[in-house]
Amino acid sequence: MTTPAIKFDLKATLKNFSNVGTIFRKELRSYFNSPVAYVVIIVFLGFIEWFYASDMFKVNLATMRDMFTLVPWIFVFVVPAITMRLIAEERKAGTIELLTTRPLNDAEIVLGKFLAAWALICISLLPTLVHYITIAFLGDIDHGPVIGGYLGLMLMAGVFVAVGLFASSLTENQIVAMIIGLVLMFALMILDKILIYVPEFMNTIVEFIGVDFHFSNIARGVIDSRDIIYFASILGFMLYLSTLSLGRRKW
Amino acid sequence: MAIAVRNLTKYYGQEKAIDDISFDVKTGEILGFLGPNGAGKTTTMKIITCYMPPSSGTVDVEGYDIFDHALDVRRKIGYLPELNPLYLDMNVIEYLDYSARLHGMKNAGIKGRMREMIDACGLSEVRHKDIGELSKGYRQRVGLAQAMIHDPDVLILDEPTSGLDPNQIVEIRNLIKKLGRAKTVILSTHILSEVQATCDRVIIINDGKIVADGTPEQLKQDFRGTETISVELKTKSANVMTEVFPKLKDLSQVESVEYRGQEGDAHRFTVHTAKGSDPREQLFRQAVSEGWVLLEMSRKSTSLEEVFHKLTTADPAKP
Ligand SMILES: Nc1ncnc2c1ncn2[C@@H]1O[C@H](COP(=O)(O)OP(=O)(O)OP(=O)(O)O)[C@@H](O)[C@H]1O
Ligand SMILES: [Mg+2]
Repeated sequence: MTTPAIKFDLKATLKNFSNVGTIFRKELRSYFNSPVAYVVIIVFLGFIEWFYASDMFKVNLATMRDMFTLVPWIFVFVVPAITMRLIAEERKAGTIELLTTRPLNDAEIVLGKFLAAWALICISLLPTLVHYITIAFLGDIDHGPVIGGYLGLMLMAGVFVAVGLFASSLTENQIVAMIIGLVLMFALMILDKILIYVPEFMNTIVEFIGVDFHFSNIARGVIDSRDIIYFASILGFMLYLSTLSLGRRKW
Repeated sequence: MAIAVRNLTKYYGQEKAIDDISFDVKTGEILGFLGPNGAGKTTTMKIITCYMPPSSGTVDVEGYDIFDHALDVRRKIGYLPELNPLYLDMNVIEYLDYSARLHGMKNAGIKGRMREMIDACGLSEVRHKDIGELSKGYRQRVGLAQAMIHDPDVLILDEPTSGLDPNQIVEIRNLIKKLGRAKTVILSTHILSEVQATCDRVIIINDGKIVADGTPEQLKQDFRGTETISVELKTKSANVMTEVFPKLKDLSQVESVEYRGQEGDAHRFTVHTAKGSDPREQLFRQAVSEGWVLLEMSRKSTSLEEVFHKLTTADPAKP
């Protein structure tokens, strides 16, 4: 069954970014108009500060590696809570009917919403830069892994947000969307850690699909095209699926 | 032709919601879409607005086909969905601005148009309030304002007055009339007086099929067969049944007569008229020539309610 306007028209989308911009601004504003944005920022800060306060000077001077191991796990729990509402809420409230009868492509809707949630995560990472600056002042720091670490976190956040957005497009129940998102993100995180339970010949594949494997590569400060391709393709694929799922309108 | 609907059929799974519906709407016409619950009004509107595709058939809006030119169709249409969904956490201005931008309006035009709509819809007092804090009547105005923000040629309004109190209903109706001038409008409703008050034309739909199509007057005309006139007259005749009754019954425009009894020397009758005729003049002349005194003669015209009732209960409705 073809829906009148679900044609995935990437060219038109890129040519006219103003629709994406409009949706992006609206979504970001609604995060900041509600407690969501502030709760997310506080959760990030809280975890990271608590972690630093207890560990930094005792264990691991002049490196941020531990923070880069911690943050992806915070993502797993925080990102689904951010993304769950993106499409599910519109389905539930019926506003999806307004949104999808405006003259814009489904891809523009998906992209605008994706960018808003992604931006929120990136914003909530900003305060952690304080530690970077502090450590850089206090001692010698190897800048490569830090820059790689932040780049990796942003890419990972992008993938997670895309996964969460897809989960949100599947249902009108936000809690269900959150659980689906959480399960998928958790799976992506542990894939490279359960290789021993996977048949030998599938090891490389499973490892390649796992997000943490690529993140660790980048966070070491090594930027390999294979890792970049991984992030880009998972992200693109998830956004594509979200677009299709948004276009499925039997209701 | 502003809207041409051609052989629309829509299945939800196995269930047929609308069945081979075709109609045209002329530019500038206000069309009322009338039908009982589950008739298929909303389904038809969702298809016209490109929210979902029909199972077969197609629609042409201002020359654009819903399949081939969905974005152009959407540009032409202002839509108020059933239940008027809104973003409750946005304030009125933010929301109208958002709607305008998604309709491709540019900064320059938005401000002025927004002011116009806020004035026209009487929203200036609440323009900085969150939509979630507004009363139902105000929300409905916001719904209308967003539907018209981009000055569309076509308005599709799904039950624009449902759930409002009688005063609000009148207000919203007037608003639709005012704003819908020079626009092509389709509005759905369960309320018959609404159709009479607002619409140039009515389509009655039942069980997914169109059962009547015409102006409110035409529809009443077509279903006039049942019209009745109640007559009360005074006569000196001793035997009403033989001396008065046949003389009423033999009038050419009278179908049948019932005798309803007597009060003093006043007798009451119910006269059923022949289809499409009005025998009051004949009745009057007859009374004069026979020397009866006419005390009362009043016509009970078919209401649209009756037309509606007839049309939508003839074949068994869905459960
Ligand atoms: N999402 C859906 N899934 C399955 N069936 C549906 C769905 N929406 C509507 N229907 C069915 O399609 C038929 C037509 O429904 P529709 O909503 O178009 O009626 P309506 O005329 O708008 O009714 P109402 O006056 O109650 O709004 C009904 O029998 C309804 O049960
Ligand atoms: Mg309906």
